[in-house]
Amino acid sequence: MSQQTELPELDSIGLLRYTWRQLTSMRTALILLLMLGVASIPGSLVPQRTQNPIQVGQYFKDSPELARWMDRFYLFDVYGSPWFSAIYILLFISLIGCVLPRTIEHFHAARAFPPATPKNLSRMEHHSTWAANGTELDVARAWFKSKRFRVLEKDGSISAEKGFTRETGNLFFHLALILILLGISFSSLFGMRGEAIINVGERFVNTPTSYDTLNYGKLYKDANLPAFMLTVDKFDAQYNLKTSAPEDYTLNVSLLRDGKTVVEEKVIKVNSPMTIGSTRIYLQANGYSPVVTVRDSKGDVAFQGPVPFLPQDANLRSIGAIKVPDADPQIGFVGSFVPTYVRDANGGGATSAFPKALDPRLLLAAWAGDLGLDSGVPQSVYRIDTSKMLQVGLKSLKPGESFEYPGGSIKFEGYIQWVNLNFVADPGKKFALLGGIVAILGLLASLFTRRRRIWIRVGSQVEVAGLAKNGAPGLDVEMEQFVRMLKGEK
Amino acid sequence: MSRSWAFASNYFIYSAMAVYTLAFLAHAVETAWAVKVPNDTTKTLDYKRTEKVARVATAMMILGFILLFAGVITRGVSAGRVPWGNMYEFSITGALAFTGAYLGALRKYDLRWLGLLVSISVLLTLGTAVTVLYVPSAPLVPALKSPWLVIHVSTAIISGGVFLLANVIAAAYLYLDKMESKGERTAWAKRLPSLELLDQLSYRLVAFVFPLWTFSVIAGAIWAESAWGRYWGWDPKETWAFITWVAYAAYLHARVTIGWRGRRAAWLCLFAGSTFLFNYVYVNIWGTGKHTYSGL
Repeated sequence: MSQQTELPELDSIGLLRYTWRQLTSMRTALILLLMLGVASIPGSLVPQRTQNPIQVGQYFKDSPELARWMDRFYLFDVYGSPWFSAIYILLFISLIGCVLPRTIEHFHAARAFPPATPKNLSRMEHHSTWAANGTELDVARAWFKSKRFRVLEKDGSISAEKGFTRETGNLFFHLALILILLGISFSSLFGMRGEAIINVGERFVNTPTSYDTLNYGKLYKDANLPAFMLTVDKFDAQYNLKTSAPEDYTLNVSLLRDGKTVVEEKVIKVNSPMTIGSTRIYLQANGYSPVVTVRDSKGDVAFQGPVPFLPQDANLRSIGAIKVPDADPQIGFVGSFVPTYVRDANGGGATSAFPKALDPRLLLAAWAGDLGLDSGVPQSVYRIDTSKMLQVGLKSLKPGESFEYPGGSIKFEGYIQWVNLNFVADPGKKFALLGGIVAILGLLASLFTRRRRIWIRVGSQVEVAGLAKNGAPGLDVEMEQFVRMLKGEK
Repeated sequence: MSRSWAFASNYFIYSAMAVYTLAFLAHAVETAWAVKVPNDTTKTLDYKRTEKVARVATAMMILGFILLFAGVITRGVSAGRVPWGNMYEFSITGALAFTGAYLGALRKYDLRWLGLLVSISVLLTLGTAVTVLYVPSAPLVPALKSPWLVIHVSTAIISGGVFLLANVIAAAYLYLDKMESKGERTAWAKRLPSLELLDQLSYRLVAFVFPLWTFSVIAGAIWAESAWGRYWGWDPKETWAFITWVAYAAYLHARVTIGWRGRRAAWLCLFAGSTFLFNYVYVNIWGTGKHTYSGL
């Protein structure tokens, strides 16, 4: 408490030292640890931008005022928020400030001899004494050696100590946590993450423009993208006939790497991504792209090709939009694709009974007018803003069928499947993994090692005693064994 | 073929529930009969008269464990995979792990007093499983087809079983602590272990299983890396697994480094355990994210 009287005289260095000591105290670390747990709760209750941007958008639509306030407190980006970062950065500073001095101390302690045998052993725990026969010291020395105790022998007594692994493991555990954090930071600097929807049969060239979304780490550059080209050859999905649940997805691709002339055939499955250098490619989602041909009133082709539709349920009823800005007036189709057509029992509309395309239909509403593509407001490719358009027709099509509306026609040629691939470069993950492994080993070592001291002094009497640190159990059994052995009993 | 295995599994589960009910009754009878009233004022406990009933109760617990084990195995055979694909299967396996932890600890400690609580919690778990959570046996969705399923889920279930056992003991500690602070323990509670022993026991269970829980989380991360393209994504399940980890880490630090014992430690233990339960119940049923699979 002398600290308190000195407080008014603290200069800036003293204040810094005081803050540092407070920050690295165990109590602060514990509070920060609990705060970190509590701080991660809101992110599991409120939708997060990184996982569920659509639901976040819904919040903004439903109650814009509340959502704006929530956004001000980063409630939609909890794990990247300044307050969340502040807690874990402080925690790790506290951790480093606690662990580093202890590491140095432990390094010295591990090379030092155990402290000398206390004068009065009878005051220690597990004390016992009996008449000596003279050989006890030799027997004890051999026993300590076989059990790998560190010993100090002095004036007819041995002081033995064991269990340094406890602190070693403890320190390794905490250092490993720092390594995990470094791995995560490394990835956020040098990592990359991108997504692309590719129709079966199409080619993907690894350049920034090929991606639908692309996020670089702070120090990742376009030039870091590995050069390769892949073609999606075949996609096969197996479904359970009773439950419609997917059972297996297999994607076949041909890969052409930079500087190679041979095309490699590769298979990507859900639990086995493809690896190219430090980039891994994951199969994340799949769906259908109806293939259509749109003609104007003169019969000229205004649009032709596959259009990816977004799945809405487990039976892959999908919705999408076909936009034909080159027609005059502009034409847009709001569509839904059902791979296996049935009439919806409650609504009367069309829905899908199975995710495989057994009886596909394309249901279209044709709109004419202004698609609003030049307004500068970014638009979803799956939706059409029909506020400046007029509905000119409604039709359900089987493959091969056409629909004529005033001003043109559309033909449903068929369908192909698309796959959504995730491209990820995460160079820090091996450090995080190493940190994870070391953390577990360190934990095991520190939780299952007992630190204890045993003393023996031999004069006319033999005297033994022991001390268990942290009240660790089991020393009584060990002492009994030790005494029995010294007495020559088995 | 697979249907008859699934039926067999259901029969085993129902038989196990019947046997656990008997175990519960036997434990209840044991506790009630042991109370002896030699005169009008004092009650004492005499366990010699109930030793036979207690043995019957433990035998029933073991039989229930065997039947439940058979139920879990046949469930796995019927689906052609490990039986950890949905909440029904997690629940029956969790109940199995919980009884297993109790029977394992019984070999070393005199824990028969806990039998009443263990049998009723297992009955409630199985009851909820067969009535609310039951789904027909089915193969796995592609994301679950990985050897990591066995490693990640089994360690998570075992950790959960042991965490909950530690919770039951911490709750018993708080209850008895309150009772003792008002005076003497009532007759039936006299046979329960001392507060110190309960305090030690819940700590040892947590310390024993914390590395396993850490391993389970890391195994999940390794699996997530290969299935979802990232090893950590703050998915609600991941977040709550992290919260549980942090809470138990705080508990261990509070005990080992700061020296918390008794009431405060028991409350912290209960808090940490409830984060695990919340994760299991809330995130599975109402949560969103990648850990929620078709149905439950």
